[in-house]
Amino acid sequence: MRKIDINVRQLTRVEGHGNIIVRVSNGRIEEVKWEITESPRFFEVMLRGRPWHDVHVLASRICGICSVSHQLASLQATEAAFGIQPSEQSTLLRRLLYVGEIIESHMLHIYLLALPDLLHAGSVFPLLHSSKDIVLRGLRLKKLGNEIMEIIGGRSIHPQAIVVGGFARVPRHQDLLYLQGRLKEALPDLEATVEFFRGLELPEFSRQTEYIALKNPEEYAFVRGSISSTDTGIAALDQYLDITNEYCVPHSTAKFTRHVLESYAVGALARINNNYEQLNTLAKKAANELGLEPICCNPFMNNVAQVVETIHEVEEGIDLINRLLRMVMQEEDIVVPVKAGQGVGVVEAPRGLLIHDYTYDNKGHIVRANCVTPSNQNHGNIQHNLEALVHQHLDKSENELRLLCEMLVRAYDPCISCSTH
Amino acid sequence: MKPKVAVFDFTCCEGCELQILNCEEEMPDLVAALDIVTFREAMTEHNDYYDIAFIDGACSRESEVVRLKEIRARAKMVIPIGACACLGGVNCLKNSRSMDEVLKAEYGDAARYYDTIPARPISAVIPIDFFIPGCPIVKEEFIRVVQEILAGRTPYQPSTPVCAECKMAGNVCVFDKGMTCLGPVTRGGCQASCVTGGAVCWGCRGLIDEPNVNSEKEILEKAGLSVGDILKKFDLFNACQEVTWK
Repeated sequence: MRKIDINVRQLTRVEGHGNIIVRVSNGRIEEVKWEITESPRFFEVMLRGRPWHDVHVLASRICGICSVSHQLASLQATEAAFGIQPSEQSTLLRRLLYVGEIIESHMLHIYLLALPDLLHAGSVFPLLHSSKDIVLRGLRLKKLGNEIMEIIGGRSIHPQAIVVGGFARVPRHQDLLYLQGRLKEALPDLEATVEFFRGLELPEFSRQTEYIALKNPEEYAFVRGSISSTDTGIAALDQYLDITNEYCVPHSTAKFTRHVLESYAVGALARINNNYEQLNTLAKKAANELGLEPICCNPFMNNVAQVVETIHEVEEGIDLINRLLRMVMQEEDIVVPVKAGQGVGVVEAPRGLLIHDYTYDNKGHIVRANCVTPSNQNHGNIQHNLEALVHQHLDKSENELRLLCEMLVRAYDPCISCSTH
Repeated sequence: MKPKVAVFDFTCCEGCELQILNCEEEMPDLVAALDIVTFREAMTEHNDYYDIAFIDGACSRESEVVRLKEIRARAKMVIPIGACACLGGVNCLKNSRSMDEVLKAEYGDAARYYDTIPARPISAVIPIDFFIPGCPIVKEEFIRVVQEILAGRTPYQPSTPVCAECKMAGNVCVFDKGMTCLGPVTRGGCQASCVTGGAVCWGCRGLIDEPNVNSEKEILEKAGLSVGDILKKFDLFNACQEVTWK
């Protein structure tokens, strides 16, 4: 009878350290395990005692790929605790910075981390020769995201310009025009990306899943809204603990979460499953062309969802710059009224729902901090998806099954070092 | 022969590795000049024979000590990249508490499943040959260091403070705005990008070699601060500077 022994130590082309273990003996599944071995980092402990002005600077260091998301969730938590409402100018600049992060992060995943599986290579480096046009297209798109963050935020990783209460820099008129031009130029590259995905066959797989994302009646939600579940509807931000229910498992240094089912998923696919109707025109057209419609329970389609969202964000960026160009922007005097209190900040990081929750004392020092990252929330669902995937594909060879398992985990674009914050 | 290069990640956000991948325009040339044999975040191919090991992240577990010694035994050149690897970085903020307390605070009753040791820079575990500082590293600096290694030179390590570069950048001094900043004592090479970007210098590139005798120290004195005072105030990246290892 068949025997399968898959033991992927330190899965490659994902952010952070995780192992995939699959053991099948006599045709019976004996073990399927998604193991997180990343070093625990203790940010919630390190945040204790920090003064308010340091907090988002430290929180940013949870993640090098989605530092803007961590900064924004952190600032929103601090601002909620102090009762601060940033100006429209700051809100728009933060949102534009966010456009940069979504484009960079999604294109990094699609073209550098996931693409080698689709083109049967071990990494993007040999593809620079064999599929040069495709890779250079991906690098151009990724660079656009970085350029937006550099020009608006100061740099692409851990940008310096967002501060508690507002935004510390005002971009020049010509810089905004330049970025708008770059965003428009990216549309043909994105059309080519859609075309490329149309020609691909992603693995067939489906498992009933609860999808959770921010939701806002006014927009496709990335930075503000309430928490929405495809199974249970809307919940207020400060009710997040009822959703996340974090728990520890011995084989993972990252915490897992569960809501009404055994696990749930967050990320691009979860957002589209909750907010499909609010996608911008070109993004919705791409979703239709790529056969993505709610509710899609194939996690491999998260790749497609990221392509669709990148198009949405390019359209959003062009529009945001139009709105900024119509404003008279000026450097703002930011006053921070420090007081004791609690605040919750929730954003959609590229990989999904990200929560920072802080309690401050009356001197503005953190007494208690809690962070729940997207990959924390996805680990449980990855585990259950792996179990179902192995079950559905027991007829495959060991090598085929290993690649499928690896591709499944990569489809979530996990940020494991975020999840062991 | 192209040098064989490996990139490794330890306790960190992997942002410095991402900076390597952010060399979008330079990537074809980098791949042509270097034989990248191991880079887990970006590639599945793997080879244990390498000349240069770039290391991202601090060391914060016993298992990482073992891994670092293996890398040292294999590599001709070990180069930590980024504040976590060069200084211990933000990870060291946990070191002021006992590791039991840290584990309990994070994991509660489940703490018994996990392990951690006080965070430390790579140089506290194995000898290093050079380092590229910053949180994150500056990608132009990474490329320059690679070019100098390829040319057979010892790469240049900036030794003037951020303050000097900040003046060149034409920024209004943070101290003149009534705030404080680590610029006078921090190693330059970043073109003072944090002050230009609207913030202050947080000292992510570590101290210059002789912070007590440099010409920018008078800025601190005018503000009534000593090097010790300001380091205490800004421990974000430099908490390890005072820790002695067991």
